[in-house]
Amino acid sequence: MSFVSRGFRGRRREDVDSSRVPPGQYVTGDFPVLSAGPTPRTSMDKWDFSIVGEVDEPRRWTWKELRELPSEEVTVDIHCVTKWSKLDTVWRGVSLDTLLDGVETSAEYVTAWSDGGYTTNMPLQDVRDGKAWIAFEFDDEPLDPEHGGPARLLVPHLYFWKSAKWVRGIELTLEDEPGFWESYGYHNYGDPWREQRYGGD
Amino acid sequence: MARAAVRGRLSWQVARVSAFVDETQDVRSIVLEAPAWPGHRAGQHVDIRLTAEDGYQAQRSYSIASAPEDEELVLTVERLDDGEVSPYLVDELRPGDELELRGPVGGYFVWEEPLGGPLLLVGGGSGVVPLRAMLRHRRAVGSTVPVRLLYSARTLDDVIYRDELTGLGAMDAVDVRFTLTRDQPEGWDGYARRIDRDLLEEVAWPASEEPLTYVCGPTSLVETVASALVDLGHDPARIRTERFGPTGT
Amino acid sequence: MADVAVTTLDGNAIAGLLADVFGQEMTLATGTCASCGASGEVGTFVVYTRAPGTVARCPACTSVLMVLVTVRNVTCVDLRGLAALDLTR
Repeated sequence: MSFVSRGFRGRRREDVDSSRVPPGQYVTGDFPVLSAGPTPRTSMDKWDFSIVGEVDEPRRWTWKELRELPSEEVTVDIHCVTKWSKLDTVWRGVSLDTLLDGVETSAEYVTAWSDGGYTTNMPLQDVRDGKAWIAFEFDDEPLDPEHGGPARLLVPHLYFWKSAKWVRGIELTLEDEPGFWESYGYHNYGDPWREQRYGGD
Repeated sequence: MARAAVRGRLSWQVARVSAFVDETQDVRSIVLEAPAWPGHRAGQHVDIRLTAEDGYQAQRSYSIASAPEDEELVLTVERLDDGEVSPYLVDELRPGDELELRGPVGGYFVWEEPLGGPLLLVGGGSGVVPLRAMLRHRRAVGSTVPVRLLYSARTLDDVIYRDELTGLGAMDAVDVRFTLTRDQPEGWDGYARRIDRDLLEEVAWPASEEPLTYVCGPTSLVETVASALVDLGHDPARIRTERFGPTGT
Repeated sequence: MADVAVTTLDGNAIAGLLADVFGQEMTLATGTCASCGASGEVGTFVVYTRAPGTVARCPACTSVLMVLVTVRNVTCVDLRGLAALDLTR
């Protein structure tokens, strides 16, 4: 790959403290919208969030019930596998710890699924202990449908394809089951700090 | 049907920039010398790849503005404000610079004389680029297929190839109509709004003529036009569409 | 803050990628959706390119027809959403 386009630099990058930027990433002030399909529009009286699979009993919350749970505001950096990072993003959501409270399971993994058929997988411990939320507000506003509203999974310590937009539930599984992008070659775990973009990284 | 993993089979070639033509304030045509150029068909495009010194790459597609019969290979690029590649191509590139391209590609959005007509060409903004290639090709082969061009741009100054298109309208069997959506010059007696069903009903061939239609431009314009034509009774199979990014007109 | 909304493109936008993968021009090939049975030229597929990979969907029912992901210069092509792909044109 010796060809170089004279004078081409790509997008202007923001100058930031590089200790906050994982390898291969650049910081953006935008919030790019990536999608593999049309934006789902589920009516709020039909919307629910479920925890199913290897559980003593499945759990389900309607929108109203979810919003009655304690929620918290968090400020996190997010990193997309397509190389943009966005620092200090502000979300409000219900912690997965709240939703998983009291759940008995021998599962070690979860698969999150969304309206429109999207799935993504990760270890169960990566959505516990203050590492994941069902987020319904971004920047103090209801989460825009283009960004995953009414609610998305938020797991900021992993590449952002794991933060499933339009999430409707998580399935607790015994085995690690590759989700949509994982089954096409993206990394099963996806740690931005170890640059785990693709399987085998 | 199944899945497979394959290595690429369409190779990149290097072309040299030989000249530029400033079309409008935001649009520039780039004349290229590509020694390995195999020739193309009117409506096809190329993929352009830029590589920065640190290895970062960006890739975009641009319609070929020249006819297959033209002496020179020409691309026409509109600078998008928040673009990554287009500002480089319109503002930075210099004669003598090299570009990596692959193609030509695209067999679906192609017009050639055997396909017949009458022809309806509808373009929004830089969507006019492949349509201009088709018009030049039509002329080069001496085709007498009747053609109507409907071109939507923001202002008269944003009309790409204005002199050429107006000239075609004057002397050829080409009916050229413009609609200026944002601002019109004093005394403008053309259309002054986004293309809608009523406008198409006035300008397009009647469905009974069974025209062959090519629509190119921003996705929103293409979809509005295509569905309006179907509403007006046109056969969807005779409407070919090419969507660009979300740029407005 | 500039948000770029998702805009769909069509099969023309991936003509180069498909020619690279299939070794021939593909936008005129006719695909049949395995989900709803609709048939159409690849050039008419609804294409999402702003994503970790490229997804082409059925214009009639939005089901996924094709997924293309390029990792380390190898492109994984999944055509399982197509019941048929006729390359005769």
